[in-house]
Amino acid sequence: MRRYFGQKLFIYLLTFFVAATIDWMIPRFMPGDPVAVLVSKTNSLSPTAAQALADYYYNLFGLKQPLPVQYLNFWNSLLHGNLGLSIYGNGTPVTDMIMAAVPYTLALLIPAILLSWWAGNTFGALAARRRYLDNTVLPVGYILTATPYMWLAIVLSFVLSFSLRIFPLSGGYGFNLEPTLSWLFFTDLVAHWALPFLSLFLVMFGGWAIGMRNLIIYELESDYSRYLAALGAPQGLIRKYAFRNAMLPQITGLALQLGVIVAGALVTEIVFSYPGLGHLVFAAIQNEDYFLLQGIFLFIIIGVLAANFIVDIVYVIVDPRTRVAMRGGTA
Amino acid sequence: MHMGKSRVLALLAVASIVATACGSSATPAPAANASGLPATDTTVYPRAQTLYTSGKQWGAPPTWNPLDPNMAMGVVGLQYETLFLYDPIKDVYTPWLASGGSWDSAKTTYTINVRQGVNWSDGSAFTAADVAFSINIYQNAALGSTLFTFVNTVTASGNNVVVTFKGTPSYQEWMWFLYNMPMIPSAVFTKYNTPDILKFLNQNGVGTGPYTYKTAAQDRMVWVKNPNWWAIKALSLNVQPTYIVDIVNSSNNVALGELLSGGLDLDNNYLPGIAQIVNGGYNITTYYAGPPYMLSGNTAWLIPNTKIKPLDDPAFRRALAEAINPQNVVVTDYGNIVAAADPTGLLPVWSKYIDAAQAKSLGPTFNTAQAKADLAAAGYQAGSDGFVTNKDGSPIKLTLEVPDGWSDWMEAENLIATDAKAAGINIDPQHPAYATVVNDRNGTTSAAPTFDLVINNDVQIGNTPWTYYDYIFRQPEIAAGPARNRNFEQYDNPTAWALVQKLDQTPTDDVADMQAICSQLQKIQLTDEPVIPLWYNGEWSQVNNTYWTNWPSDKGAQVQPATWNGYWQMGAIYMLTNIKAVPKS
Repeated sequence: MRRYFGQKLFIYLLTFFVAATIDWMIPRFMPGDPVAVLVSKTNSLSPTAAQALADYYYNLFGLKQPLPVQYLNFWNSLLHGNLGLSIYGNGTPVTDMIMAAVPYTLALLIPAILLSWWAGNTFGALAARRRYLDNTVLPVGYILTATPYMWLAIVLSFVLSFSLRIFPLSGGYGFNLEPTLSWLFFTDLVAHWALPFLSLFLVMFGGWAIGMRNLIIYELESDYSRYLAALGAPQGLIRKYAFRNAMLPQITGLALQLGVIVAGALVTEIVFSYPGLGHLVFAAIQNEDYFLLQGIFLFIIIGVLAANFIVDIVYVIVDPRTRVAMRGGTA
Repeated sequence: MHMGKSRVLALLAVASIVATACGSSATPAPAANASGLPATDTTVYPRAQTLYTSGKQWGAPPTWNPLDPNMAMGVVGLQYETLFLYDPIKDVYTPWLASGGSWDSAKTTYTINVRQGVNWSDGSAFTAADVAFSINIYQNAALGSTLFTFVNTVTASGNNVVVTFKGTPSYQEWMWFLYNMPMIPSAVFTKYNTPDILKFLNQNGVGTGPYTYKTAAQDRMVWVKNPNWWAIKALSLNVQPTYIVDIVNSSNNVALGELLSGGLDLDNNYLPGIAQIVNGGYNITTYYAGPPYMLSGNTAWLIPNTKIKPLDDPAFRRALAEAINPQNVVVTDYGNIVAAADPTGLLPVWSKYIDAAQAKSLGPTFNTAQAKADLAAAGYQAGSDGFVTNKDGSPIKLTLEVPDGWSDWMEAENLIATDAKAAGINIDPQHPAYATVVNDRNGTTSAAPTFDLVINNDVQIGNTPWTYYDYIFRQPEIAAGPARNRNFEQYDNPTAWALVQKLDQTPTDDVADMQAICSQLQKIQLTDEPVIPLWYNGEWSQVNNTYWTNWPSDKGAQVQPATWNGYWQMGAIYMLTNIKAVPKS
C-alpha cells in the first residue's frame, strides 16, 4: 500500500514540477513585454509619465531581474503560497484574485461532475436493459456528448435568458445586488448559477450515459454473467455484478476527463460572464496578464492532479484487484 | 442514497460561494456624511435609480488612486473633479472647482480663483491649499509628469492659487492640465506623497464629486450619489442616477445581449453591426441617428516606419496614401459608423485649425492610377510579379500589423492591402498578438522597432491640436521601449518640431496664430506624409432608452456620451445631469 501511494505521489510531484516550470517559462519566452502592453493602454500619457509608470511596474513585478533569479524567486514564492502580482489587477496578489473566483468554478464543477456522473451512469445502466429507454436516452446522449460546451451554453443563454427571460444573461449575481446573507441574494445566486451548471451537466451526462450503457451490455454478455445465469442466479444479482464491473472504467474515465471538463467549464463561464476561473483566464488573456494566467494554470494543474490522486484512492477502495496487487498477489 | 450525497455536496458548494462572496465583500462602509444624513447602506439598487454602464473597464477595478492612469471607471470625474471642464464640441472651458482663472496682462502668470463653498465628501472644506497641493504633487518623479518642465511655482494665496512659469508658458499644455488634473485632499494625500505614491490604492477615498465609492467586485464598480455635491447649490445641477454600476467588459455577445435586454443603459464598446440595431426598433440610439452614428473620438493613422526603405522616401509614402481608399473601410468594414479622415488627420472638433484650401490642393486623394504614376516617376519600377521594386531592383514586401482580435482593424488592413496591391505596392496584412504589435512598434531596450506599417489611434480628442502634432513630430526620439508613445514612425524633422513647440507656447485664445502655425505643420504633413490619416475612430456609445432617456445627441444635449477616462471632464458629466428616468408605465 505504502509503495503504491509512494510511487503515485512521486509521479504527481514530478508532474507538478515539470508543469510548473513550463508554466513559468511560457510568459517569459513569449514575444512582447507585459509592461509595455500595460503602459501602451494608458494612452495620452506624456512619454516621461509613461516611463515613470513603466519603471513602477518593472519594479513591482520584478521583471528586471536575471531569469535564473526570477525562476528561483518563483519557486520561493510558490512554496510560500504566493503566485505573484497580477498585471491587470494593478499589483493585486494573484492568489487573492484566484481565491475570489474559485468558489464560483467549484460550485459549477463539483455538482456538475458528480451529478452528471451519477445521473449518466444510472440512466445508462437502465437504458441497457429497457428498450424504450435505450431508444430515447441513447440518441439524446449521443447528441449531448457531441455538443461543444460553448455551443450548448450559447443556445441555452439565447433561448432561456435572452428570448424567454427565465434566467439572467450574465454575471455571478445580479448587478443590482451586493452580497448579503439574505434569501433574495441566495435565490439570485442560484438563478445565475443554473444555466452554466445546466450546460456543463447536460454535455457530461450524455457522455457518461452512453459509456455506461455500452459497458453494461458488454458485461451482461461476458462469461461470468452467463455462468451466473446458468447457475440460476437472479437477474438482479447479475446486474449488480455487471454494474460494479462497469463502474471501474467509468471511474478511470472520470479521472481522464477532468482536464477536459475543467476546460469546458472555463469556456462556459466566458459565455455567461460567470466570475469563476474561466472568466479570469479570459480577462488575463485579454489583458495579456501572464502572471495571472500562470497562477490560474498552476492552480488548475494542482486541482487536476489532486483530483486524479483522489480517483486513485477511490479505485483502491472500489476495485479489490488493486488491493490484491498491492499485497503482491495476482488478480 | 447517492442522490442525497450529491445534493448535500451541491448545497455545500453553493453555500461556500455565499460565504466567500460575503467574506470578500468586506468593503469599507461609505463615508458618513458630515451633514448628518444617514449613510446609505442599501444592498439592492432599485432599477429606476440605477444607471448600468460598460466600456471603460477591461478588468476588475484595480485602483482608486486618481493619479494612477489605470484607475477604475469614474475615479476622476465622478469622485474627483478638475478645476475646469473642457467641451470639445463647443471649444469652451467651464470653471468647475475653480470659479475662474486668468492670465496676467503679460500672460506669464496664471491665477486660479478657487471655488468657495465646496466640501470634500468627509465634510471638510476644499481650499486653495488643496489646489496648490494637487498641482505641486506633479513634482513627484514617480508620476513622471511634464508639468514642472514649464511650471515654476504654484502658491496658495487667500482664495487664489498663483502659478508662475519658466520662460514662455506652454499655454496649450497648461490648459490641458487645467481640465485634467484631479483635485485631491492634501489631508489624505500628504503622507502618500512618496516614490511609492502609486501603491496607494485609495479605496473609498474622499473627493468633491457627485459620487462616492459604494462597492467594487471583480466584475463591477459601483458609485453612489453624493447628496452634498457642491454643484447642486452652486450651479443648480444634479446627477440623476442614485447608483452607477459599471460592468467590466465581457464578450461581445454578452454586452450586446445585456444592452438589448435593458441590462445595460450605456455601452461604450465597439459593437459590430450597431447601425442595423439602431434602425431595428430595439429602443437603442446613438449620438447621430444616421451615419456616422458616433462622434469622432480619435484618428486612426497608418504609421510607416520611416527608418526603412522604401518608407523613408516621402514620394513613396505619398503614393501609398494615394493608393488607399479610406471610404471603402468606412462603408465595407464599419457600415458607416465612422467617417473618413480629413487629409490633415485633424478631428472635426479642430476644423477651425484646418487650412482647407491647402489641404485640398496638397492633400493626397484616392487615385490608383495617380499612385502608380507617382511611383514610376519616383523611380519604383514594377517587377515581373507586377509589384513595384526598390530603386536597386530588390523586391518590396511590407507587413501591416494590427492586434489579433481587433476585428474591425483586421478587416480594415485587408482592405488597405488590397488597395495598395492594386497600385503595385505589395502589403502583407498580419494580425499578431497585441503584445507583439507593441513590441514591433516600440522596440525594446535591446532592439530597435521592427515594424513596416501599423495602424494606431493612441491620441484622443482634447482641447488642442498640439497633442496631435506632438504625437506626429515629437523630438528628440524617445528611447525604444514602453515609454515610446509619440512619433512611432521615427520621422526626423527639426523644422516641424520647432513649430510644434511654438504652437505649445501660443495662448489658446490666440486662434489666428494657432491657425498660422497649424497651417505650416499641415503643409509638412500633407507633402511628407510621415503618417497617413485613415478614418476617425468613433466615440463608441450606444444607449438603451428603456429606463433612462434624454441621452446626448446632435438633436438634444450636445455633450460627450462616454465613460472613458478623461471624458467626464470633457462634459460627459452633463450626460448624468441631463438624463431622465423613464416613469414606470
